[in-house]
Amino acid sequence: MTVPGSWYLILSALLFSLGALGFFIRRNILIMFMSLELMLNAVNLTFVTFSRMLGDIGGQTVVFFVLVVAAAEVVVGLGLIVAIFRRRSSATADDLSIFRG
Amino acid sequence: MNSTVVFTLMLLPLAGSVFNMAFGRRLKRPFAGVIASLIVVASFVLAVVTWLDLLAKPSNQRVFDFTLFNWISSGSLHLNVGAYVDPLSVTMILFVTGISSLIHIYSIGYMSHDERFSTFFMYLNLFVFAMLVLVLSDNFVFTFLGWEGVGATSYWLIAFWFERPTAAAAGKKAFIVNRIGDFGYLTAVFLLFNYLGSLSYMKVFGSVGQLSHGTVTAIALLFFVGAVGKSAQLPLFVWLVDAMEGPTPVSALIHAATMVTAGVYLMARISPILHLSAGVGTLIAFVGVITAFVAAMAATSQTDIKKVLAYSTVSQLGYMFLGIGTGQYVAAIFLMVTHAFYKALLFLGAGSVIHGLHDEQNIKKMGALRKLMPTTAVTFIVAWLSIAGLPPFSGFWSKGDVLAGAYQKSPILWVIGAVTAMLTAYYMGREVYLVFFGKQRFDPAAKVHESTKVMTIPLIVLAILSVFGGALDLPVSDKFRFLENWLTPVFGNALAPSSMSSLSRLTLGAMDGVFAIVGIGVASALWIRSSSRPGIEPRFLASGWGIDGFYDRAIARSSTKLSESFATVVEVKVIDRATMSMGALVGLAGKYLRKVQSGYIRNYALYISIGAIVILGYFVTRAGA
Repeated sequence: MTVPGSWYLILSALLFSLGALGFFIRRNILIMFMSLELMLNAVNLTFVTFSRMLGDIGGQTVVFFVLVVAAAEVVVGLGLIVAIFRRRSSATADDLSIFRG
Repeated sequence: MNSTVVFTLMLLPLAGSVFNMAFGRRLKRPFAGVIASLIVVASFVLAVVTWLDLLAKPSNQRVFDFTLFNWISSGSLHLNVGAYVDPLSVTMILFVTGISSLIHIYSIGYMSHDERFSTFFMYLNLFVFAMLVLVLSDNFVFTFLGWEGVGATSYWLIAFWFERPTAAAAGKKAFIVNRIGDFGYLTAVFLLFNYLGSLSYMKVFGSVGQLSHGTVTAIALLFFVGAVGKSAQLPLFVWLVDAMEGPTPVSALIHAATMVTAGVYLMARISPILHLSAGVGTLIAFVGVITAFVAAMAATSQTDIKKVLAYSTVSQLGYMFLGIGTGQYVAAIFLMVTHAFYKALLFLGAGSVIHGLHDEQNIKKMGALRKLMPTTAVTFIVAWLSIAGLPPFSGFWSKGDVLAGAYQKSPILWVIGAVTAMLTAYYMGREVYLVFFGKQRFDPAAKVHESTKVMTIPLIVLAILSVFGGALDLPVSDKFRFLENWLTPVFGNALAPSSMSSLSRLTLGAMDGVFAIVGIGVASALWIRSSSRPGIEPRFLASGWGIDGFYDRAIARSSTKLSESFATVVEVKVIDRATMSMGALVGLAGKYLRKVQSGYIRNYALYISIGAIVILGYFVTRAGA
């Protein structure tokens, strides 16, 4: 028995909403970062699902790009977060608002 | 006929200029000048080759139009970088490169102490290139490139010693006054293109007959405006007197022998156009002869050795225009060539005096120099007798031809011209006596010396040319009229036919000689002992009939005032305010828009989400439709 494609789509929608919710309501910068990753991977799942459903390899190709970009982003993002942790004890996103106009 | 020779002789000075621009400063002192001189001499040799080539052809097959490359193609406008080789342009390149060679050599000595020695030769070579473009070009636009090129180099060289404010101002003045003439030239070119659809000499002169009389007259007049500016005629002559601020070889080359004759050359070149508008010819003749007289009067009262010569140049150019206006093109070119010989000689002699006296230019502070500077004195006197028109010096023959043509057109022209001839002999005599005779009026402690060989040899060569230059066109028999036989095919029926009997020709010639002797005699009587006669040197004439002062008050100062009011009123109240209010507007917008930039990541995330939802909403609801 195969799992129907729509299940995967529902799962990825759930994951994406979870990530978005986490990004909006959490203040800890590390958690926000994880939520961001969750959203990215939810999108990846959608791509793969549609790729399977439509028999088009293009979707899976895009996933590789997303993975690469995400990896690069993690490197930079985590580096920044570590640097911020070194300077301050807490890691609340709202504390970092020195670019206010 | 070999086009390579022609283009090589044209481009060599450009190469020399570029070379001196790149390496001149690294060369030891005389070498930049030596290279520049050699290049111009090479150009001269090639010009002689071209001339011999052309001479070997039958006289009705001496017109060639060579194309180097296509320069501009735009719509129906097609212009080439090309050379129009005919007896007229070859005459021009011969004397331009010949005189330039001598003056280049002379400059090696004259500029030997100058800090910007190689720069000077860079400009000088560039000038020769521009002048060759001007005379060799085969269309009006390429000629204009040379026309502006000589103007630009003239500006750089007048203002060569730009650390002197007067020199910088004189350069600017020459440039601005010449703009008025250039306006005329350009407008004439536009009209030609509009009515004939072509600007190459071949095509324009072939189809000029199609133009209506009014159009031809307008074109001829506008070209004359251009010539008046470049050749320093009334009312635009004021720049040439100030141009004497430049180094003396520059005055000799550019502001006496070559560039200022460009206007005369242009008039001769467009003789098929002038031929069709008789009224313009009369106007040119009168402007020329009046300029000749006015400038000669002004020359009688100058105290600066070079300003006498400057006014004299204006006056002689007036004679050339008299020749053009009366249809005596050959006489005008003849005078142009002989004038180049003796006027270059006068300027170089004056330069030798100035150099020897350590930059003294006031003739009232000279005197008795003939013993200290014998070569300069002898050659200067030769030039004086030549410009005075004493037979058998070259000036006698050339000026005689012009005056005979003037007499044929109208006796009034001849009377003014003859009086001016007398004045010419007189004011040059005054200068000769004040500089070389009488009592020594300069500081006896000054170490006055004759110039070096590199400077005196060009003087001697030019003196020989000034004496024998008349041989180019002797009116004794048709066989001896070399220049006339050579140039007549160029002008064809534009030349005014000579209707004078040989007896009246002879009488006029004898009278020319008498006028010269009278002028010389008066100068000798008045100036051989005395050095100051305020009665015959009125300030009014010394200031050039007050024309320059009038322009200064009427145009220069009022336009300066206008510019100043623009600077204080329009600039501050209109332009500044407009730009400032633009800035204020942006500032105001920023004051409110900055609130969007809260610094909180969640806010930005919200904006992004809203944006994404809007785009998504668009695709869901609209894209399907």
